Amino acid sequence: MQLSESWDWEKGERVVTESLAPMPEHKWQEEIHVSPDGETAAAIVCIDDGEFGLRMNDTVHDNTFDKAWKPGFTPDGRFCALVQQDEEWTLAENGEPWDERYGFMWSPLFSSEGGAVATAVQQDMAYGMSVNGVAWDTLFENANGFALSDNGKRTAAVVQTRSIGQADLISFREGVFTVAVDGEAWESTFMNAWDPVFSPYAHRVAAQVRLSLYDYTVAVDGTPWPIHFQCTWEPCFHPNSSAVVAPVRQGGKWGIAEDGNMLWKPVFFNCWHLQYAPDGSRLYAIVAPEYGKFTVAQDERAWNVLAPVVTELTVSPDGSRAAALGNHDNKAWHVMVDGKVWHGRYDMAWKPVFSADSRSVGCRVSSNGKYAVVVNDNTVGGEFDKAWDPAFSPDGSKVLIRGMRNNALLRIVADVPR
Amino acid sequence: MSILDRKIEDPELKRATEGLSADRIEQVINSVLQGEAGARLKAYAETCMRCGMCAPACHYCVSHDMDPSYSPVGKVEQTMGLILRKHGRLTPDEVYGMAQLAYTECNLCRRCVHYCPIGIDTGYIISTVRRICHKLGVTPLYIQDTAHSHSATMNQMWVKEDEWVDSLQWQEDEARDEFPGLRIPLDVEGADIFYSVIAPEPKFRTQLIYQAAAIMKHVGADWTMPSTPGWDNSDMCMFTGDFEMMGRLKRSHFEAAQKLKVRRIVMGECGHAFRSVYDVGNRWLGWKNHPIPIVHSVEYFWELFNEGKIKLTGKYEEPVTIHDPCNIIRGRGLMDKLREVTHHLCSEVIEMSPTREHNYCCAAGGGVINCGPPFKGVRLEGNRIKADQLRATGVKTVVAPCHNCHGGLEDIIHHYQLGIQTKFLGDLIYELMEKPELE
Repeated sequence: MQLSESWDWEKGERVVTESLAPMPEHKWQEEIHVSPDGETAAAIVCIDDGEFGLRMNDTVHDNTFDKAWKPGFTPDGRFCALVQQDEEWTLAENGEPWDERYGFMWSPLFSSEGGAVATAVQQDMAYGMSVNGVAWDTLFENANGFALSDNGKRTAAVVQTRSIGQADLISFREGVFTVAVDGEAWESTFMNAWDPVFSPYAHRVAAQVRLSLYDYTVAVDGTPWPIHFQCTWEPCFHPNSSAVVAPVRQGGKWGIAEDGNMLWKPVFFNCWHLQYAPDGSRLYAIVAPEYGKFTVAQDERAWNVLAPVVTELTVSPDGSRAAALGNHDNKAWHVMVDGKVWHGRYDMAWKPVFSADSRSVGCRVSSNGKYAVVVNDNTVGGEFDKAWDPAFSPDGSKVLIRGMRNNALLRIVADVPR
Repeated sequence: MSILDRKIEDPELKRATEGLSADRIEQVINSVLQGEAGARLKAYAETCMRCGMCAPACHYCVSHDMDPSYSPVGKVEQTMGLILRKHGRLTPDEVYGMAQLAYTECNLCRRCVHYCPIGIDTGYIISTVRRICHKLGVTPLYIQDTAHSHSATMNQMWVKEDEWVDSLQWQEDEARDEFPGLRIPLDVEGADIFYSVIAPEPKFRTQLIYQAAAIMKHVGADWTMPSTPGWDNSDMCMFTGDFEMMGRLKRSHFEAAQKLKVRRIVMGECGHAFRSVYDVGNRWLGWKNHPIPIVHSVEYFWELFNEGKIKLTGKYEEPVTIHDPCNIIRGRGLMDKLREVTHHLCSEVIEMSPTREHNYCCAAGGGVINCGPPFKGVRLEGNRIKADQLRATGVKTVVAPCHNCHGGLEDIIHHYQLGIQTKFLGDLIYELMEKPELE
């Protein structure tokens, strides 16, 4: 079941909150966040010196905190923020702090359906992760590169397994870094490890590792590929097989290796942000076929449309389509879908969103300080002072626009333009 | 005197060269020359006339009474020239000397390019020598530790992720006492400005973060800083020759900004970091230019003054001089903007001679100061000319919008007993700008 099935999909425009302007009794209000279903707007507010509260629509929760930061909504619509009380940190959900407290807490991550909230934690100068407030049994000298599996069941991070002294190059090269999964470190250690990623069902973990100053490869569940490369970027699991792919650099150019063997020839000036179609039938990446010119490649074939900067690759749910953003000369962003460029040019654009039926693409954009949502190359819902990413109805026929005009939060459901 | 006559002991150079075989040295050198150096190096090697015009351009050479072994061409002859003459069959001792020279007796300042009749970029040649040294595993101890920190934490000072955020929140708290309502906004999506700094700021120069936040508050900037890795724009890997790690660092920096959908990056007052994002690291990643608009603080302050956004209570009364950081002056051409900003702030500016793109390096840049205590003496002796330049101005304050320059100048000032203080532009703006009257 998709989370959006329970949302209000009745066509029309509705004012959710008349005014999100800062309340006069508050010293200031921070940035406004809106829930995925568009029913709640929330922000951190400063009530007094060293006293912060969490505002949700017209109400400020009774609980107050010494500090609060990193606000955001879970996919299932709970408003979270990292909060400090009495020199200890925790996470507050809809204003209610967890019981568990830590020396520091940061980098909140949400599972795809929102049931699990993971964070990085530091307690007594030892580092690791927590899930719904409960920390790993083992904490480490340091941790970074935090990951939560899509299903929310597993966590992973790059960890430093032991302390090393200042300028202790020898110990560093012997390897003090590895990946810990649910707090359990891999047996192998490496000079470096980066960006652990989970397989679709979270049974396995892969990460980039550096074995010497010059030898990069990918380790899967702690075992490095036998083939080494000049450099790598973050790996990606095949959705339906045991294969792992990663961008690798060979002879000064980039290609893609699968389980250590070349899958895409190293012919690109860069190649990164790999994404499989959900059924594994296609592999997409952002590539630079020419120096200074980027595009999207599907199964090793690059689109004809090139731009100096390409970001935000998104693959449709059925895997047959892809979208990305391009930018020329740092001046104007454009949306590229299936190798074709939409008409609009924008000061900024956000990650494209596909409908569940893969037929439609929507994108939040801004120009001259105003925001809009573009769906299938048509603006829907008009201009806003602020807007958030569009969402499509489960059947793909309607689009939800969340925007603010004159401090009012609006929720617009419209037909998808074809 | 050749480089081998002035060998200085560095534990890592010693350890690393002891393990080298002639075959490995030859194989690594040739792989870099054939696989990476290309036509540019060949063109330089074949066109250099050994005319010596570059000699008076180098602060090391001038500071050593024009000893030709310190001249740019002399240094190239003792490193890349040696490599080419011996077809890569160097002894470990020669590799030691080559590394010492490349990492500690050339700041990659590119002053000599301006004096070479055919425009040979000695900085490029010495960078290629460093690349070879990196591939041989022969780098000075302290700068290599910095490179390790970069690789493990994406910042150069082993700053842990919680320490970074905690430092920002601490400075925010402190600054709120002076500027009620001040924020250091973390991870604000869609902000106009992504402000990035180098790791020494949270580590031991937190007042610079305080001052930056105060200035942003004063001008009403829509700005943010990232809570994630990518906040450190510095890049010692560019200087050790570890270009793969340089690329990883630059990717982290640019993608942190792209993720927040900011309009542009404003960088703190650092020169080498600017070079790494504006010229070198971005290009290793396949971008012809930077993938998001990016300006150095000098340019940002210049904009603010021109837009009338900075209100001063007065000017700095003492005469000052300006130090031109190599990477933003010769590398970016910000000499006029630097002067305009300084004149906005100061009543009297006494220029050094020579100045602007001809100014001498601070001798800390190019990663030289990061090679640490073993080489400090060489660095100080190698920049007597800078001390002479500073002394000749008669001022007691030097303005330098670069962290490394501050480190280098402070060492020179102390060593040559000049009695001069160093200031960032941000120091002066903070000091002179209008502040709220507190109850």
